Amino acid sequence: MTDSDNIIFDTASRILDDLSTAETINAAEEGVWPEALWQAISESGLTLTWVPEENGGAGASMLDGFAVIKAAGGAAAPIPLAETLFAGWLLTQVNLQVSGEAATVALGELSLSDGKLSGTALGVPYARGAQQIIALVESGGQTQVVQVAAEQCEISAHTNLAGEPSDQVTFKAVPAKQVAVLGNGVNGQSVEAMGALIRCVQSAGALSAALELTIEYSMERVQFGRAIGKFQALQHSIAAFAGEVAAMNAAADAAAEAVANAGGVDHDAWIEIATAKTRLEEAVNNGAAVAHQVHGAMGFTYEHSLHHLTRRLWSWRDEYGSDVVWAKRLGEEVLSWGADQLWPKITAVTDPR
Amino acid sequence: MSVTRFRFPFVEMPPAATQLRQEVREFLAQERANGGYVPMADCWASGMSAEFSRKLGQRGWLGMTWDKKYGGHGRSFLERYVVTEEMLAAGAPVMAHWIADRQSGPQLIKNAQPEVRDAIIPRIVAGECFCAIGMSEPGTGSDLASVSTKADKVEGGWKVSGTKLWSTGAHGPGCDYMITLLRTSPLDTSARHKGLSQFIIDLKSPGVDVRGIADIGGQVHFNETNFEDVFVPDSHVLGEVGGGWNMVVGELALERSGPERFLSTFIVFQEAMRLLVNNPTEQTKEVLGQVVAKIKTLRRMSLGIAGLLQEGSSPEMEAALVKDMSTNFERELLEKLRRILPQNVLASSEGLLPALLREGILRVPSSTLRGGTNEVLKGMIARQLGIR
Repeated sequence: MTDSDNIIFDTASRILDDLSTAETINAAEEGVWPEALWQAISESGLTLTWVPEENGGAGASMLDGFAVIKAAGGAAAPIPLAETLFAGWLLTQVNLQVSGEAATVALGELSLSDGKLSGTALGVPYARGAQQIIALVESGGQTQVVQVAAEQCEISAHTNLAGEPSDQVTFKAVPAKQVAVLGNGVNGQSVEAMGALIRCVQSAGALSAALELTIEYSMERVQFGRAIGKFQALQHSIAAFAGEVAAMNAAADAAAEAVANAGGVDHDAWIEIATAKTRLEEAVNNGAAVAHQVHGAMGFTYEHSLHHLTRRLWSWRDEYGSDVVWAKRLGEEVLSWGADQLWPKITAVTDPR
Repeated sequence: MSVTRFRFPFVEMPPAATQLRQEVREFLAQERANGGYVPMADCWASGMSAEFSRKLGQRGWLGMTWDKKYGGHGRSFLERYVVTEEMLAAGAPVMAHWIADRQSGPQLIKNAQPEVRDAIIPRIVAGECFCAIGMSEPGTGSDLASVSTKADKVEGGWKVSGTKLWSTGAHGPGCDYMITLLRTSPLDTSARHKGLSQFIIDLKSPGVDVRGIADIGGQVHFNETNFEDVFVPDSHVLGEVGGGWNMVVGELALERSGPERFLSTFIVFQEAMRLLVNNPTEQTKEVLGQVVAKIKTLRRMSLGIAGLLQEGSSPEMEAALVKDMSTNFERELLEKLRRILPQNVLASSEGLLPALLREGILRVPSSTLRGGTNEVLKGMIARQLGIR
């Protein structure tokens, strides 16, 4: 995935640099909707990145969308940009119309009868702030995609570790605006995998940004008469952190490319996603630890913006199946390969088909 | 802000790679079945078999990327990557030719006199001539500029005296040459990298004494080589006199990112899988997921570097990062497997898997030392990040 020479990525980065400020992020945590930031993102058409032109979207590539998501992760953007892209992708999978308004995806024990949605979904990211909620309903071996207006749902505010909305949404016979059945190999599992991939890509962006803050701080902060980055102990910690950042970016990019190549989450792409989400465990654990260690007490204060990134990393690794849950899933897959297919499965990724 | 400092582009193997991989796998399966080799951990630094190397030479799997006009096979770096990673994953005995194929050959093609090059390269390609590296010394490990083995100018050549250490494979049959870093002018403490030159030393020259050194497992893989007034003709200087440092730095970069940095203990995993499939506990699944996620990611990074090298970039920081992480992983893989292998494997000396595990544990301390210690690598990374 290239992050440069790309107008969509550049547009996203410019807006995020200008408007996803520390004040905005802190205010969002207090419940203030970052209108200026959302407005700018939405007017630029970025929310429709994954929607084909014939459905009124930007018709950009999957990789363009992932680059935007990585940028948003790096900026700790307190808006449902990734969620809206995810919702747009899901609606597009079933050929439904996409408006580009703020949207989110709800997974839970839900049912649909007579075109009305009922049940409760937990941990719905940015349900507050979304205009549209796209719910998945599993019944009789089928998965339906159901769009409802957020204003018709009961939303009770909850947050993740980063203070991002992670709400409980109760649907009491909410009339569906659009319904379609998922097909073409897309099911509830692949939708969850797509959510996991989005969190991995955001995390890769956030880890990169945390590394930059850490490098910068280590060169500014003077102790014992020299910049702390001149101490070998810190140099080695930061070098190890750089390794985690490089690995997480490589793993997230590999999974994003697999999804882009398959045009969705096929089995091979699912394996790459499982790999990335599993790899997230150490990247976050080791990376955030070094970031905080180097920043010392300064980085432990609410006033410093390091926590905008690290708290998100600690949240995102648990969402859409924790790193450990995914490790077990991947392990089960590996067991199914057996000893003789272990290596061939690993190399198949890069061999021409 | 989202700065991406690191780039590991997706690399797809060339179309010829699929068939090549198949051929290599069939060859390896047949050799293993015929007793041509017994798989071993860390095979590229412990599996010495001149006969096996000759077989690879006959198949065209040595000197693959070298220009045909010098006797090479003119194939791509990625095709070579396929052959090497298959050998490593299978634990095949590739030590004899490893150094010559990986770095001495390219160095000779680039910097040797034509008559010297033409006398040696075709024999390396045939698997009939092997090389060793003479960089370290008793007083020189990571701080390579401190080498003191010297070459004094004499009529028609140079007279070499001193001691080289840790030259993997120099004692082995067919190891004819050592590419040796020598001091050709006295140390200038303000420019320590100057005054070093590389020489091709024929190990059969009078005055050369190669003595094997046993490692912690009792195996002799490396050695000490003494040079006592050894005459080396002018024709055997590599490149320019005084240009040794840059050559060595270039060689080390070639060493750093290959699949041998993360696959040295893979064969233990491969064989362990035969047991693990019978006992699919939650812990087993978790461990398998974690190690496979790491292998896949490291391979992606290692191949990304191969892709960058092919493009003509020099991804020094990426290569250092990958070697640091990969070599740590080689040890971690064994430790993770220990958690899920049954007691009768861990505490046994019978059978292939226990042997591989023991060999792996005893070999793996060298992973994070050879080719630049991980501490030196981290220093290089810090410099590239701009903090050092």
